[in-house]
Amino acid sequence: MATATREKFDNIIEIKNVTKVFDGITAVDNVNLAVRRGEFVTLLGPSGCGKTTLLRMIAGFELPTSGTILLEKQNVTTMPPHVRPINTVFQKYALFPHLNVFKNIAFGLKLKRIPTGEFDKKGNPILRKYTKDEIAEKVERVLKLVNLEAYGYRGITGLSGGQQQRVAIARAIVCEPKVLLLDEPLGALDLKMRKEMQLELAAMHKNIGITFIYVTHDQEEALTMSDKVVVMTDGAVQQYGTPKAIYDEPANAFVADFIGESNILSGVMKEDFLVEFCGAKFKCLDKGFGKDERVDLVVRPEDIEIDTKKGMLEGKVVSTVFKGTYYEMEILAGDYQFTVQNTVERLPDETVWLSIKPDGIHIMKKLKTVNEYVGEVLTENTVEFCGGEFEFVNTDGFERGDEVKVQIPFDKIELTDDEDDGVIGANVTQTLYKGSYYQVQVYTDDDNDFLVDTVDEWDIGDRVGIKINAENITVTKKEEESEKSEKIEPAENEAEEAEDGE
Amino acid sequence: MSRNVKSCLIWAFVGLMLAVMYIPILILIIYSFTGAKALGVWSGFSFELYADLFTNESILGAFKNSFILAFVSAALATILGTTAAIGIFHMKKWRKSASNFIANITMENAEIVTGVTFMMFFLALRLPYGWATLIIAHTMITTPYVILSVTPKLSQLNPNLYEAGLDLGASPMRSVFTVIVPQLIPGMLSGFVMAFTLSFDDFIVSKFVNGSVETIPVYLYNALAKRGADPTLRALSSVLFIAVLTVLIALNVVSAKRKKKAQKASA
Amino acid sequence: MESNVENLINATTGEQPGAEEKAPRKTKLKIRGMKRSAFAMPYLALSIVFVIVPLFIMLYYAFTDGDGNASVANFVHFFVRPNIMAVMGKSFLIALLTTAVCLVLAFPLALALSSTTLNKKFILVMLFVLPMWINSLLRTYAVKIVLYMLEISNAWVAVTIGMVYDFFPFMLLPLYSVLSGMDRSLIEASQDLGASPLKTVFKVQLPLSLPGIVSGVLMVFMPTVSTFAISDVLGDTSTYMFGNIINQWFANSGGWNIGSAYSLLLLILIAATVILANKITKGQAEVGGVL
Repeated sequence: MATATREKFDNIIEIKNVTKVFDGITAVDNVNLAVRRGEFVTLLGPSGCGKTTLLRMIAGFELPTSGTILLEKQNVTTMPPHVRPINTVFQKYALFPHLNVFKNIAFGLKLKRIPTGEFDKKGNPILRKYTKDEIAEKVERVLKLVNLEAYGYRGITGLSGGQQQRVAIARAIVCEPKVLLLDEPLGALDLKMRKEMQLELAAMHKNIGITFIYVTHDQEEALTMSDKVVVMTDGAVQQYGTPKAIYDEPANAFVADFIGESNILSGVMKEDFLVEFCGAKFKCLDKGFGKDERVDLVVRPEDIEIDTKKGMLEGKVVSTVFKGTYYEMEILAGDYQFTVQNTVERLPDETVWLSIKPDGIHIMKKLKTVNEYVGEVLTENTVEFCGGEFEFVNTDGFERGDEVKVQIPFDKIELTDDEDDGVIGANVTQTLYKGSYYQVQVYTDDDNDFLVDTVDEWDIGDRVGIKINAENITVTKKEEESEKSEKIEPAENEAEEAEDGE
Repeated sequence: MSRNVKSCLIWAFVGLMLAVMYIPILILIIYSFTGAKALGVWSGFSFELYADLFTNESILGAFKNSFILAFVSAALATILGTTAAIGIFHMKKWRKSASNFIANITMENAEIVTGVTFMMFFLALRLPYGWATLIIAHTMITTPYVILSVTPKLSQLNPNLYEAGLDLGASPMRSVFTVIVPQLIPGMLSGFVMAFTLSFDDFIVSKFVNGSVETIPVYLYNALAKRGADPTLRALSSVLFIAVLTVLIALNVVSAKRKKKAQKASA
Repeated sequence: MESNVENLINATTGEQPGAEEKAPRKTKLKIRGMKRSAFAMPYLALSIVFVIVPLFIMLYYAFTDGDGNASVANFVHFFVRPNIMAVMGKSFLIALLTTAVCLVLAFPLALALSSTTLNKKFILVMLFVLPMWINSLLRTYAVKIVLYMLEISNAWVAVTIGMVYDFFPFMLLPLYSVLSGMDRSLIEASQDLGASPLKTVFKVQLPLSLPGIVSGVLMVFMPTVSTFAISDVLGDTSTYMFGNIINQWFANSGGWNIGSAYSLLLLILIAATVILANKITKGQAEVGGVL
């Protein structure tokens, strides 16, 4: 722990318990994050995960509902954006159309006050403006940095997207901010331009040594450019670590699915270093799980070996697609359909043997093992939770008005096409293919979520009804408050673990 | 064939309506070139009425007054209206609706009611009717129109522009004036023109608060409704008609050309 | 620079960071500095003083007599005088007539201007709308000359013609903007489904232009009721509009109380019409979708 203090001292940005609620909707949910000086940190997640909101709070455009943001140990949570030594590159550039390139870049410099080195009677430093020559020199220098030397007196509207992008970056870095925030800056560029700018940005970061905080939903961009990646979803940090750690050791099924191609399966930990899935036992490198604990596990397609004669699992090739340098095959082994990448082609219907080395299997704690809610008993055999009345088998003699804990296993929930066929309506917000079934996350209208294991494929945004058979609802006495706070914990712990592990 | 007949009919109808619209104006202009006192009598071509017009002190004075009044109140309305538009645009919920309601009062209300309320209010304030009351009244009734023409420009702005100003170190006030306002200039200009025209045209509100300051519309009203038709009015009306039409056609042609240019540039 | 930042931070939070952490949820955080919404304050403040307060002064006058005692006599005055009620009725009749004539003339014209034949010719539309910008007194004067030459001396006819001439562009403009903005495929669909052009007008274009009709009717009816100049120039006492009566009461200082009462009645009428019109257009938007 001795190194931790030193590390903390070197944190340029610290975000502590930051939550942002917009009109009752939680955009950022109790986020903790520390960014080290000089790093290139990327906030990565699907749209609506809260990454841009978090960035805007660091810039000062949004105020956290609660929590604090520290810049070099100073609380800047409520500091107005124009006095924060932080600059932003906006998604759509936000260049001033009435000013030319030079004046756009000089805008911030003209407003900046620098100490003259002298002090007034009270001992406060005397400040001065930059002179015209100083401004011109700085602008020229930064124009050279972004390869736009001859463009100073061009208007903004005549520039191409890539050029506008460079001006936006130049305008921000010329102010020499302590932190540069970039909000999906390459989103509006075409693919080729984007690749070029990725390399340029990474090089620029190395050159000028300013801390970059970068927001994107493009996982490839995040992995290639950054020192650290923060994977976010639903306003919470799922994992914080180096691109390699995130790819090789995803903290949970969501991260595994979001980053790269992967086979995500459910398994059971038999003992330390031994996991069972697909009806076979595999050696792995993970320990510390309970005996017979249900876990999620991820196997990258390139980590599965194929042989015609021997292996751990027998499978049948379903399809083969050539992907330029390798073949991507769908192989059915038992109930699971694996995605496998290999340089050797196997034809459909061919029988093959699959094997996975211990370091190719990554075990993750299940985020949730059962759906759990607080409900109220309405009649002898109905209970109300999540805004609906469900029938249940009342074995424990609960009475009307009792507050109870309701549990439903993932695979015992039925989703219906027609919302009216279910007891309550919900929207599909996430689906994850787990080899032989889909794990679907649905959000009910009263803001509860259900995880449902189903063989049917649902699309994100589908409106569904939720039906649960009476015998599948387990109702027990409600315990004291403890569960609720625990629910948020795993993600947070993992984030900290990753941080400490550095 | 029937298609041709149809388009002929349409053209004929539109032509007829245009004729009805412009013939009275044309007749007025034609009869401004004859000196006859009575309406509709032609007593030979002459510039007599125009000579009278340009030597008539009270008309020239009224013209000057109208111009100054319209310019000053349109300038004030442009400043007030632009800041108000920026403010109201960034309000939320009930504040926004309340502010819009206030801005709508003078636009929806009958001018005569607005006029008499101003008259009673200035009396209660012991503010003598004259320049001050005219300027206040005209500014208040034209500002909503500036708000109307600036607001659409605001909604077209990149929402990050103001934030970019803040981000680069400009205070909120400075950001608004150096970043937002320059983008609003076209809207402000058309708002100014609108305010100027409305003020230059107004006689209902002016009539109640003008005191001894006579503007062109007030002069016209008094001349038409009270003094009986003075033949010089025909010359005055013709001059105003031609002036307004020329200015408006020029403005429209320029803006149409600019639009075409912009379309070409973007394509 | 460093200490400058520090000063600012202390100024903004007024607390040390540590102290702030203890109760972060209770105190509502606020970013220092002005909000953009504050820019509306000068205008709103002036509006309250110069627009809203005067309305209350009008209320005061309306509910007091000449000596400042509370009274409703001013309103009683209105409702017991049959000749005033008659003026009111006539003034409504003229306004309705004007609105109807404007609508009947403007709708086909707007259809013609937005038809494919004229291909929404900008210059034509502009020519029809331009007179809007010319002082209505001047236009009334032009009408007066024409009426004189045509020897039309009936005050009613003269005033109605004058009003239609003056307010016609205000009816045309909203109708044209609704019709020209209408999706052409709606008209084509109607014809495709077997409706004749005339049927298409009545079954598709007319109902869909209801918002334009409502705002056109408002823009013509309201000023017609409250105007006094047109009647002053073209008519006589038999064509007195509501505006003329108010104008007369305010012409001598003794009539302000009664004049205020009448103004208040006019204001209520306007408010009621605006609310009604909003209801109609809103209902239309719900049924017909946004067009």
